[in-house]
Amino acid sequence: MAEEPLGDVLDDSDGRRVGAGSKVTLTLRVRRYNPDVRADSWWDEFTIDTEPNDRLLDALHQVKWYQDGTLALRRSCAHGICGSDAMMINGKNRLACKVLVKDVLPKATVEPIRGLPVLKDLIVDMEPFFAGYRSILPYLINDEGEPDRERRQTPEERHRFDDTTKCILCAACTTACPIFWGDEEYVGPAAIVNAHRFIYDSRDHGADDRLRILAERTGVFRCRTTFNCTDACPRGIEVTKAIQEVKRSILFERF
Amino acid sequence: MTTVHTYDAVIVGAGGAGLRAAIEASDRVRTAVISKLYPTRSHTGTAQGGMCAALGNVEEDYPEWHAFDTVKGGDYLVDQPAALLMCEEAVDAVYQLEHWGLPFNRTTDGRIDQRRFGGHTRNHGEAAVKRACYAADRTGHMILQTLYQQCVKRNVRFFNEFYVLDLLIDDGRAGGVVAYELASGELHVFHASSVMFATGGFGRMFRVTSNAHTLTGDGPAVAWRRGMPLEDMEFFQFHPTGVYKMGILLSEAVRGEGGILLNAENERFMERYAPTVKDLAPRDLVSRAIYQEIKEGRGAGPHKDAVWLDVRHLPREVIEEKLPDVTEFARVYLSVEPTTELVPIQPTAHYAMGGIPTDDEARVVTGPGETPVPGLYAAGECACVSVHGANRLGTNSLLDIVVFGRRGGKHMAEFAGGSDPPELSERPEGIARDMLDGLMSRREGANAADIRSELQESMFDLGFVVRSETSLKKMQQILGGLRERYERVFVQDTGRTYNTELMEAAELGFLLDCAEATVAAALARDETRGAHYREDHPMRDDEHWLKHSLAYRGPGGDVRLEFKDVKLGPYVPMERKY
Repeated sequence: MAEEPLGDVLDDSDGRRVGAGSKVTLTLRVRRYNPDVRADSWWDEFTIDTEPNDRLLDALHQVKWYQDGTLALRRSCAHGICGSDAMMINGKNRLACKVLVKDVLPKATVEPIRGLPVLKDLIVDMEPFFAGYRSILPYLINDEGEPDRERRQTPEERHRFDDTTKCILCAACTTACPIFWGDEEYVGPAAIVNAHRFIYDSRDHGADDRLRILAERTGVFRCRTTFNCTDACPRGIEVTKAIQEVKRSILFERF
Repeated sequence: MTTVHTYDAVIVGAGGAGLRAAIEASDRVRTAVISKLYPTRSHTGTAQGGMCAALGNVEEDYPEWHAFDTVKGGDYLVDQPAALLMCEEAVDAVYQLEHWGLPFNRTTDGRIDQRRFGGHTRNHGEAAVKRACYAADRTGHMILQTLYQQCVKRNVRFFNEFYVLDLLIDDGRAGGVVAYELASGELHVFHASSVMFATGGFGRMFRVTSNAHTLTGDGPAVAWRRGMPLEDMEFFQFHPTGVYKMGILLSEAVRGEGGILLNAENERFMERYAPTVKDLAPRDLVSRAIYQEIKEGRGAGPHKDAVWLDVRHLPREVIEEKLPDVTEFARVYLSVEPTTELVPIQPTAHYAMGGIPTDDEARVVTGPGETPVPGLYAAGECACVSVHGANRLGTNSLLDIVVFGRRGGKHMAEFAGGSDPPELSERPEGIARDMLDGLMSRREGANAADIRSELQESMFDLGFVVRSETSLKKMQQILGGLRERYERVFVQDTGRTYNTELMEAAELGFLLDCAEATVAAALARDETRGAHYREDHPMRDDEHWLKHSLAYRGPGGDVRLEFKDVKLGPYVPMERKY
């Protein structure tokens, strides 16, 4: 058949990840921190030859594996599902495995996500983030006896909370939020997203409890709708919209 | 400084199997879950297409039909009693997940919706059947989230970013594990009556893989170094539809929803290889068909080493609603628009059918006589029950983790409740300490990344979809050289805080162990069965090979093999046609 228009991934090498492809040069400016070495952070610059369709994560691996083994970052699945590698890339919170080199050429500035204590290089302490998540009762609450088969739910009822089921807890949204930067008590967008996922699930009976928690000083009314969270979400969740829906439920439905 | 923790049950790994076991065990005894990641980073989350159970919500179906498909799909290497049990328990397992809140897609009358999947048929092969319960193409994500939520609800104790390096065995029974805390660089001893490995697979031994960077066979290798066998390591599944070059999984659900495969001549070639179910043949057959098309010059793309996945004819809402993630992968990583363009794919290393041998209660068993190791358990991809035989059917891994995670969690808790752990030796962390000291001792030497990438390249060239005595012997030779170089590996980072370079070096050692066991077992099995295709022995040989292999680490680092009979049942091995 006639060759269909291809993604340029097909054009630039002999089919190998490491091959005689069309190499490009990328400069990586990385914010470093290592408590074993010194008390303050510093910047390092690395130059690598890479391919345009490589992920930024691949570029960071190249640095770690062939230039500086001390560079520390989290990663696992490398295709945007596990949520390990949220970092600030050219000023925006992104997953390093969902940013392609060609989109940041010739230079990428990479920093840890903000608002959580940095432990080493791009690794931050996730514990405050998960504490926020746990605070909103992130599990189905339904004390009725379990039926023999499934609880019925119409496709429309299922659709109601679909968007917020996509959350991978990467913290990109929460650590993009200026309110969270300034107030560590604020539960943050990701916790609200996960509350939303249950509040609007027709099978769940815990909405009152969650809305009460989110009506507190540390809850949804801290949000100033800057939309940073929505912009940061690698899963395309309409985070701000979810927060607004929870606010409306508190104001008009429950109290 | 080594900290000692005391628990009744310790679970290593926090994916689907580990979390499901934790839910079961933590209700009964003091339980700790140790993971080198945060639980929600586990690779269960990337499973896409569904979880099969004969609910019969959309079409007539029975657990027995499911069991037959599982056995046939596994090319009759499946232990049939275990498969029957799994398919029977599948139905309640799905309902339980639903009761815990898993947001399955729904039928118009509000039941769990079901769709077609490779190798799953009605009435023993008549036609494809709608059996896979699903949540868009994010079923694994939803399972992982739901199980984690239930653990949060139960206040399960997690040790996140603790990397298990050794298993404590005393007089033939398990007594705990030793873990390296990434944040501090300290070793921790977890003293316990029962230990479960639920560490996942080891697809990172291949260059093209759907597996996470972290899937390095840690659990199987740690057990192997402590004398446990690894079963059926020669059977590694190559999923037909990985993103070209990158290996990222594009779910079989794409074909379940009506997607088809095309070669460079625009021919739907699966019609020739599997006239009844066509593109929904099991993965081993489809991957081999792709290989054959490429070999005969009908591969697509500039290098003629891909084929096309075509969904252009599917209704837009099916693509957007039921396959949203897969669609996004094509857009992000290939710059291809699947609604109007063909998606280039190639087989990708996906799933280890082999692993630590277990019985139906997830107890680790050794030798042809299946002697249980008291207190030691394994579940999920790192285990081999064996319900997948020589080739796992799509969706059955998600089923495996919840069914055998539950059974193992229950059994390990009961065992721990009734027995004290063996006493700790004087220096329980000794082996782990020596391993780390060895890796940290050199200030120059071999680069771990070089060794890893050579391992991955050569396993892709010599131990992938097609193998032969020649290719495997060559691979064995290469592995010998890589092992020698590994003994001289040098870790640049001398720090204690998040020394992930040190962890990666340890992972590479485990990966080499798994590769050695894989190649030795593949070399011994001079037949073709399921995912193990030997071009020098292209036929299945039931007379000699209705047997599981058991690989042991020999005294000199060599591999010793034993064999045990497959547990047959109602299904007599017959020719596999689809």
